[in-house]
Amino acid sequence: MLQVAVSKQLDSFNLHVSFDLPTPGVVALFGPSGCGKSTTVNIIAGLTQPDAGRVMLDDGVLLDTQRHINIAAERRRIGYVFQDARLFPHLKVTANLQYGEKRAAGRRYVSFDDVVDLLELESLLQRRTHQLSGGERQRVAIGRALLSQPQLLLLDEPLASLDQERSEEVLPYLETLRDQLAIPMVYVSHQFDEVLRLATHIVLMQSGTVAAQGSIGEISLDRRLRSLIAADAVGAVIDGMVLGDDAASGMTRVRVGSGELQVPASGLKPGTAMRIQLLARDIIVSTRLPEHLSVRNNLEGTITAIADDEAHSDLVSIDIGGTEIMARVTKAATRELKLVPGLPAWALVKSVSLRPISALYPDG
Amino acid sequence: MWLSPSESEALTLSLSVATRSVVVSLPLAILFAWILTRRQFPGRTLLDAVVHLPLVLPPVAVGYALLVLFGTRGLIGAWLERALGVELIFNRNGAALATAVMSFPLMVRAIRISLENIDRGLEDAARTLGAGRFDRFATVTLPLMLPGVLAGAITAFSAALGEFGAVITFVSNIPGETRTLPLALYSALQVPDGESAAARLALLSVVLGLGGLLVAEWFARRVRRMLGR
Repeated sequence: MLQVAVSKQLDSFNLHVSFDLPTPGVVALFGPSGCGKSTTVNIIAGLTQPDAGRVMLDDGVLLDTQRHINIAAERRRIGYVFQDARLFPHLKVTANLQYGEKRAAGRRYVSFDDVVDLLELESLLQRRTHQLSGGERQRVAIGRALLSQPQLLLLDEPLASLDQERSEEVLPYLETLRDQLAIPMVYVSHQFDEVLRLATHIVLMQSGTVAAQGSIGEISLDRRLRSLIAADAVGAVIDGMVLGDDAASGMTRVRVGSGELQVPASGLKPGTAMRIQLLARDIIVSTRLPEHLSVRNNLEGTITAIADDEAHSDLVSIDIGGTEIMARVTKAATRELKLVPGLPAWALVKSVSLRPISALYPDG
Repeated sequence: MWLSPSESEALTLSLSVATRSVVVSLPLAILFAWILTRRQFPGRTLLDAVVHLPLVLPPVAVGYALLVLFGTRGLIGAWLERALGVELIFNRNGAALATAVMSFPLMVRAIRISLENIDRGLEDAARTLGAGRFDRFATVTLPLMLPGVLAGAITAFSAALGEFGAVITFVSNIPGETRTLPLALYSALQVPDGESAAARLALLSVVLGLGGLLVAEWFARRVRRMLGR
């Protein structure tokens, strides 16, 4: 468990952050630029001193201003991947990787060869750092941090300086770290897509404070998230369970709530957790059991809430058996169908519009 | 050999004095550059001014100050002689001290510029990788300021070869002990028909200076390539 509760007076606002992360897990600090995300990770790393607060990792106290405990950054065993990589320009890639390894304290859980394999660094080892592309630099930076055998990995917008294509070169490696090494991570980002793929928990930050925190599923339904992401990105994120391939359609059957979805994917082991994003704009609400439609997926449930969305639309929340999803409908439709909380409803989703984000923890 | 015995004597003496001066002052210059760049304390501006003083003082005044401080009855000189048996006056070590003081500000300046250009983020990265204060300095900061250290050392070496006023005031003009190239050149001009000797010494100074500059450039290029700039 990572427990953070710190405050610091900054130029423009008061930073006051507190959150817990069950370990292993990946917590995303998500919020607009300048909301205090980087300061928060710097405090966790020990590079910035807060005015007051505590940082605890598992049973170890890293910082406690009341008890005058403040472990030096170099002895916290926390790896840090910076936005600008910060590779040492006077050292080759190999020496950069070994820098942290030589100074590692405590249990060694990953070897040089493991890291080279995991991040596919073999062909880069003899290069100088200025001969690397942006994506390669970040991979080396991640490897260097890992080899210091950290108990926690901090990543401060590691993909922000890369374009979409280069980000795609790095993201899968981060997923591998999460799933294979089960190393706890704090991931700072203002890209919701990255957060969706990597995080298990989200801390929403706004001008120095925590606006909301919880699991991805919970936060995806939170209205405070909506002001931070595009309207089209609003929608429930559900960690469903793979039931198996559907022989007739060639798609994968995934259990969500008490219903079932057919997701465009195949070859996944039954029992695997699969994260699916059900965008509110892609869901059709019906008050009767629909027939004669091409839609493959309909989920039966009960309307739990209707919230104002934009000028002409509402967001309808539907409980589909312990799990909630959201649909965006026009205000006119809300009136004509007489949608009210408590009403039984069916949510229709086209399979082709489903976004399987990733298979999570395939081994766990 | 193209050089007369007295010329080669002046040349080797100059090189020896300049080398001693650089070797002794380099660690101190790094320390002062670091303090002046990285530390905030009352009196920093004053210390900065004191370090730069030799640049603006007449060299003779510096030589005189050294005489007062490091002379046999000077505050530091007397102590050095009693405690360590070191005598600086009228010998090549004294000449090295005089040139070191004169070239110190040049050295500090060059090192300081390179230190200011170092991305502090790299030191933070080293911290998170487990490197303590001295470890960070030795493995990240120092290698990255190497271009400045080299530039400072070479500039100071060249300046040390040419230092005249402070040397002649502090340690006088003794053949074989303190008569470096510029002093030999000056002496040659003091005797009748010493003009051709002076011209040869001046030419020697030109060759030496040019060689120094070329070596400096070659070093700078190598280091830049190493750092990928």
